[in-house]
Order: sequence, then structure tokens, then C-alpha cells
Amino acid sequence: MNWFYIEGVLILAGINIIAVLGLSLLTGFTGLFSFGHAGFMAIGAYSAVYFGERMGLPFAVSVVAGGLVAGLVSLFIGRLTLKLKGDYFCIATLGFGEAIRLVLDNVQVFGGARGWPGIPLKVDLVTVTIFNIVGILFLMFLINSRHGRSMIAVREEELAAKVIGIDTYRYKVISLFISAVYAGIAGGLLGYYLTFLQPKLFGLQKSTEYTIMVIFGGIGSISGSVLAAFILTVLPEMLRSFAVWRFVIYGAAVIFIMIARPQGLMGGKEITLKGIAGILGIPGRNRKTARSGEV
Amino acid sequence: MLEIKNLHAYYGGIHALKGVGISVSEGEIVTIIGANGAGKSTLLNAVSGIVRYREGSIFFKGKPLPRLPHLIVKRGIVQVPEGRLIFANLTVKDNLMLGAYLRSDKEGIKRDLEKVYELFPRLKEREKQMAGTLSGGEQQMLAIGRGLMSNPELILLDEPSLGLAPIMVETIFRVIKDIKNLGKTILLVEQNAYKALSTADSAYMLEQGRVVKSGRAADLINDPGVKESYLGVKVNNRS
Repeated sequence: MNWFYIEGVLILAGINIIAVLGLSLLTGFTGLFSFGHAGFMAIGAYSAVYFGERMGLPFAVSVVAGGLVAGLVSLFIGRLTLKLKGDYFCIATLGFGEAIRLVLDNVQVFGGARGWPGIPLKVDLVTVTIFNIVGILFLMFLINSRHGRSMIAVREEELAAKVIGIDTYRYKVISLFISAVYAGIAGGLLGYYLTFLQPKLFGLQKSTEYTIMVIFGGIGSISGSVLAAFILTVLPEMLRSFAVWRFVIYGAAVIFIMIARPQGLMGGKEITLKGIAGILGIPGRNRKTARSGEV
Repeated sequence: MLEIKNLHAYYGGIHALKGVGISVSEGEIVTIIGANGAGKSTLLNAVSGIVRYREGSIFFKGKPLPRLPHLIVKRGIVQVPEGRLIFANLTVKDNLMLGAYLRSDKEGIKRDLEKVYELFPRLKEREKQMAGTLSGGEQQMLAIGRGLMSNPELILLDEPSLGLAPIMVETIFRVIKDIKNLGKTILLVEQNAYKALSTADSAYMLEQGRVVKSGRAADLINDPGVKESYLGVKVNNRS
């Protein structure tokens, strides 16, 4: 195994972490399931590359701008669909994701189904790490703020959130917007890493994969999402030697872990310094209250 | 303080409220009693904006009430929903702080938190516990406390005694009186007609979406019709 390969896997894991962080806000903290996040990712990817290669914007700017385009589209979609109740919203996002893919398949400006080749490689491990750190910090900050608590309230008991004066619709829109921006940024990074974009990359399978990661990591846990995105990106790579059996083993592993830990890896808790100290047996003050707690 | 006139609400094809009119004066406890499906909860939900009404009007302190829940809370009306609906995976304190969501006066919030803890010392003890681990009665206390945290003028209580042990029912009704003494106005929906009537100042009786009786609570409690239907007392010589 050479470093080039390992670095590649780590970069992909980092890109997945960003997308999963976004989805984690929507699914894990606001309680809305989406099977269309690959659609936002595709919008982000194509816009970023368009901004960067056709309009000549600098790399970082075009990636972030791509994320914002995805966010803007989500505002539009959110207006139409967020009034729908749980399952219906989920189906609507599924349709949205597929629609985006099919549109890109047929729009020749971006290469259509043949894809968009020749994108310069501009993503390395350092870039991805920086995006990850910023993404994680922003999300932590958000979750621990008043707004984060309101989103959790929407997840926990929407009706109750309404009657105490939370504008639940507005928070759903905000949550979807932020999570679409994350997905869009992840898409832009993916484009600039793969140096090739194709609508096929952003199919339903990708959306499903991210939802699996969020649930696998544990609903309502940022560290769980990061951990799950990392593990579930690296695991299939480690199973390469099993050739055709690779995804069977991958699937079995996911099923096994979900049976063993239905609440997900972290189950709503976070990895904290206090928690680590507790595991290592270092006495700390008031360890019981180390964030989120039991679910 | 609250004037509801000719209110009509529907659930799909079901005509749940058929022209209900009630009025609540400041500082009073007003109760709405009635059988299951009489439209009691629908009425409360219409006031707090959860259920849309098709016809009629709701005025609060002389002005028409907005129709969106968060705007209604802003005007000073809060609902403590049926079945408590606390945020199970948040701590007791977080639940209470979410109640103060629309406020930004830090001092006032702190003062009201103290007040809630005074009313319910149990909540203070369990401040850091996850709300889902509380007993039913404690959850009801938390739901009421959460409502109080928005510093409302009018509190809508939907079946606060639902599924609670008799001793806890006593506590809740005692607290309802305490809350009235804090200067709040209360609109109370209850199945437990006897308790509700003996706590309230005035009362309305709903039947199939209509007000069929109203008056002072003390009078209604002695009304033969009410006695027979809701208090389980057989009245021999009905007038």
C-alpha cells in the first residue's frame, strides 16, 4: 500500500465527512430524512467547477460559492416541500435528487451523461482537513446555540416546539439550507479531487449511503457522524481483497453493527475530552453531565 | 381578555366546532368540560394556532389574534399541550429554557426560572436529568413550567390531569390555583369535570362542537344535567 492510495482514501473520507455533517444536521438534529442529498452535492459540484473553470474564480471561492448555489436551490425546494410531514418530505427529496441527476444527464453544456473531464486536481489532504475542521467547528457552534436547541426541539416534539413559540417551518428551512451548503461544498471538493464529473456519481445510492452513515453514527451526534463517515469510507477499501464479495461483507457489517447498537455508534452522545478522561480513568469533576447524555 | 365568537373548525369533513363562543376575563380560571370528541381540545388548538378555523373570530385584549403559533405565543398566549409533549432527550433545564425561546430579557428569564422552581421544587432537583426519565407527574410539571417560561398572560391547559395518580392530580390542581395567584389567566380543558369545576371561576360545557351550558363554575357543579352526565351522580327529581 503506497501513500498515494492511503491519501486518496483519506481525502474521500474527508469529503464524505463534510456531506454527512450536513445531513447530520438535517436528519440527526432536526429529524428530517432526506434521500436527495446527492442532488445538492451534484449542484454544488457542477457549480463549483463552472465558477472555477469557466469563470476563473479561485478554487476556494468557487467551492464555497458552489455550496451556496446548492443552498439557494434548497431554499426553493424547501419552500415547496417542508410543509409536508415526515415521510412525504422524504419521498419529495428522493424525487428531487433523481430529477437533478436526470437534468444533468441531459444538459449538454456540462457534458451531459458523458461527464465533464479535464478538471484540474486542486484538492489535497490539507485542503480537505481545513474544510473539515471549519465544518465541524461551525456545526458544534450551531448545535450548542439557541438555534441548535430549537432544531433539536423540532426533532423531539414538533407540536410542542410550535406551541412554545418556535417557528418550526423556519428552522426546517434553515436546517435544510445549511445541510445543502455542506453537501454542495462536499460535491465541489469531490469534483476537484476526481478531476471528472458525471451525473451518475450523484445517484440515489450516494444519498442512501450518507443517510446510512448518519444513522450508523448515531442520530444527533456530530462525533458519531464523523466517525461513521470515516469508518464506512475506509471499510470498503479495506475489503478490496475480497473482490466481488466486498459489498456483501460491507452490508453484513452494517447490519451486524445496527443490530448490536441500534442507537448507532455514538447514540446521541459526543466524544468529549471529559469523556475520554473518564474512559482512561482520570478523575474529572461532574463526569456524568458530559453533554447530551443517555438516549 | 379573550373573546371567541362563532368559531367553526373542521377536520377534513368532520365539523368539529359548530359556532363556539366563549369569553375569558382577566385573572380568571375558565374551564371547558365535555365528553370525548366534544371539541374541547380543538378549541384550544384553534386559539393557539395549531388548528385552523374557517369561520369566526378570536380577539385577545381587544385585538384580533394572529393565526400562526409563534406569533400567538408572542402576544402572550401559551398552550400546555395534551400528553405533555416534553422534549425527552433534553435536560429539564433545557426544556424550560426552550420555553423562553421568544424572550431576550435575561433578567426576566432568570426570575421566571426561579418562580417555576418555586412552584415545582421537584424540577429544580432534577434540573440536569433528561426529561424523558421523569415520571408522568413530573413531566406534566415540566410541561406547565415550560409554558410559564414564556411569561404568558393566558395559559391554555389541555387535560393536565390525564393519566396521573390521584395524589398528583391534587398537586397539579393546587398549582393551577397558585398560577392564578401569580396573576395569570387560565383556560383549562379537563375530563375530570368535578376537579375542574371546583377549581375554576366560570365554565363552559361543550357537546358535539357546541356550547350547551355556561355559567359560574360553582353553579354548574350543582346543575342536575352536569351532575348526571359528568359527575356520575344520579339525580332523582330533575327539574
